[in-house]
Amino acid sequence: MLSKRTFTCIVCPNGCTIETVCADGAVKSVTGQKCKRGEEYVTQELIDPRRTIATTVKVHGAPWPLCSVRLNRAIPKKDIFRVMDAINKVELQAPVHIGQVVIANVCGLDSDVIATKELPAKE
Amino acid sequence: MENRDVVIIGGGPAGLAAALELKKGGIDDILIIEREKQLGGILRQCIHDGFGLTRFGQTLSGPEYAQRFIDEVLAMGIEAMTNATVIDLSGDKVVTAATPKGLIQVQAKAVILTMGCRERTRGALAIPGTRPSGIYNAGVAQSYMNLFNTMVGREVIIMGSGDIGLIMARRMTLEGAHVKAVFEVLPYPSGLPRNIEQCLHDYGIPLYLSHSVCEIMGDKRITGVKVVEVDSAMRPIPGTEKVFSCDTLILSVGLIPENELSLAAGVELDWRTKGAVVDENLQTNVPGIFAAGNVLHVHDLVDFVSLEAEALAKGAAAYLKEGPLEKCAIEVGMDAGIGHIIPHRVSGTKDFQISLRVRKPVGKCTIMVKQGETVIASLSLPKAIPAEMIQFPVKAEKILTGERIEVSVHVK
Ligand SMILES: Cc1cc2nc3c(=O)[nH]c(=O)nc-3n(C[C@H](O)[C@H](O)[C@H](O)COP(=O)(O)OP(=O)(O)OC[C@H]3O[C@@H](n4cnc5c(N)ncnc54)[C@H](O)[C@@H]3O)c2cc1C
Ligand code: SF4
Repeated sequence: MLSKRTFTCIVCPNGCTIETVCADGAVKSVTGQKCKRGEEYVTQELIDPRRTIATTVKVHGAPWPLCSVRLNRAIPKKDIFRVMDAINKVELQAPVHIGQVVIANVCGLDSDVIATKELPAKE
Repeated sequence: MENRDVVIIGGGPAGLAAALELKKGGIDDILIIEREKQLGGILRQCIHDGFGLTRFGQTLSGPEYAQRFIDEVLAMGIEAMTNATVIDLSGDKVVTAATPKGLIQVQAKAVILTMGCRERTRGALAIPGTRPSGIYNAGVAQSYMNLFNTMVGREVIIMGSGDIGLIMARRMTLEGAHVKAVFEVLPYPSGLPRNIEQCLHDYGIPLYLSHSVCEIMGDKRITGVKVVEVDSAMRPIPGTEKVFSCDTLILSVGLIPENELSLAAGVELDWRTKGAVVDENLQTNVPGIFAAGNVLHVHDLVDFVSLEAEALAKGAAAYLKEGPLEKCAIEVGMDAGIGHIIPHRVSGTKDFQISLRVRKPVGKCTIMVKQGETVIASLSLPKAIPAEMIQFPVKAEKILTGERIEVSVHVK
């Protein structure tokens, strides 16, 4: 059984349209990508689509009420809302630094939630 | 009155990159003036990742990308005044700013315009119906949610398929809102394909092309919108009206460069970009006033903003060290396939970079840069869409005459 699928690569702003042909669960051809990362992306997408997410967490003692955070590694797409729930339970205390681990190994998915903003403690 | 070599108006990514490059080019007397309490510009609220791929080879969030430049600006001892709004700029480069300590005036030798852009508003679009609350520009909703911890609504309709609206569709979905649909009046999306994919498709949010919001309903708070399908001439098709209930309408219908100050200084604007008319050095018609970033033309990628500001800094440094820059007498024109182009004028003696957007989506095509019948540069593309800015270099050695340069799109 041949199955064809068309993807939009989300790895970079070029957004290449990539066509794949699979036969009996094996990838037969990948065409349309401008670079190798596109091939890696669709191969992953065919077996286990993954995404990173970015959101905010509450922070105390800083000049602003929120600190932005993101995942440092992609997680399975189906786990996105489970991870959002976990992140929404966390609150931080200033100072916060970029790269600071907010939740290590979130939901056991081998990805850390890290802070993406510098927040000094309020004087 | 204080004197400065350079005043940079706006401490976003364009202003920060220009400052760093000027400093590295041996210009020390620099003042950045920024309206907000912090540097970083609009990136402070763009918390999603995807920034810095070309520059740092790594995908960062907006605040992380900005912080790298802020850290460098501070480390190099460049002076930045925050919480200070420039309220006037004169043609002889006197900058007037309102600060917490009162008004200040600075006489600059060169002025860099990096004020960014603002969002188009609904008023400008004139949708009939009531004027209830619950209607936000996408960027305003983004700042409420990402900076001030205020959720704007639960049942959301998005009008316009610009990138900020797409990013907000995903953001609000993650925070538990139900984003019902995105309506775009054009027959193609105005945002990047990757954002359609990762912000709409990933979350099952439908995008209706050739659909216009024709009425807003609700008394105090918005309760719904009426939408209608439009034909190829953007005329409503009778009988296709549908009502969608909602408590929030997000508008993502485009950005306009912020150029009130430029006009005050006598800077000539291009009606297409709504930004300054510039030469290959990104100098405006007023010698010593330069512009880059979103104030010049709307960018979708901050990596390109940084590069553009760095190119500007080279011209501005030369102006400060060597005096007036070479005259740019060769005009750069375009055919109907191109929406806008930067720069507008070149000298013919210097390599330069062309930035343009096509007017509508086309398939396989070649962008040709010609003087008369002579092709001086070209770029072949598998496809071109207005959502993506196209950039490529032109070599001075190919420019042999003072004849006008024409840029055109040839579809295969
Ligand atoms: C809401 C929004 C979301 C965006 N999201 C993305 C994205 O996700 N990814 C991406 O790559 N690009 C995004 N962009 C494009 C973004 O504009 C560029 O990436 C980049 O931020 C532009 O840099 P800039 O320095 O030209 O403008 P800005 O970042 O807007 O900075 C301009 C600065 O000038 C200051 N200023 C303005 N007027 C004055 C004055 N009179 N006096 C003093 N200071 C002044 C402003 O306060 C601001 O800090 C977005 C743009 C907007 C408007
Ligand atoms: S295939 Fe390569 S160039 Fe094309 S969008 Fe993906 S990462 Fe970018």
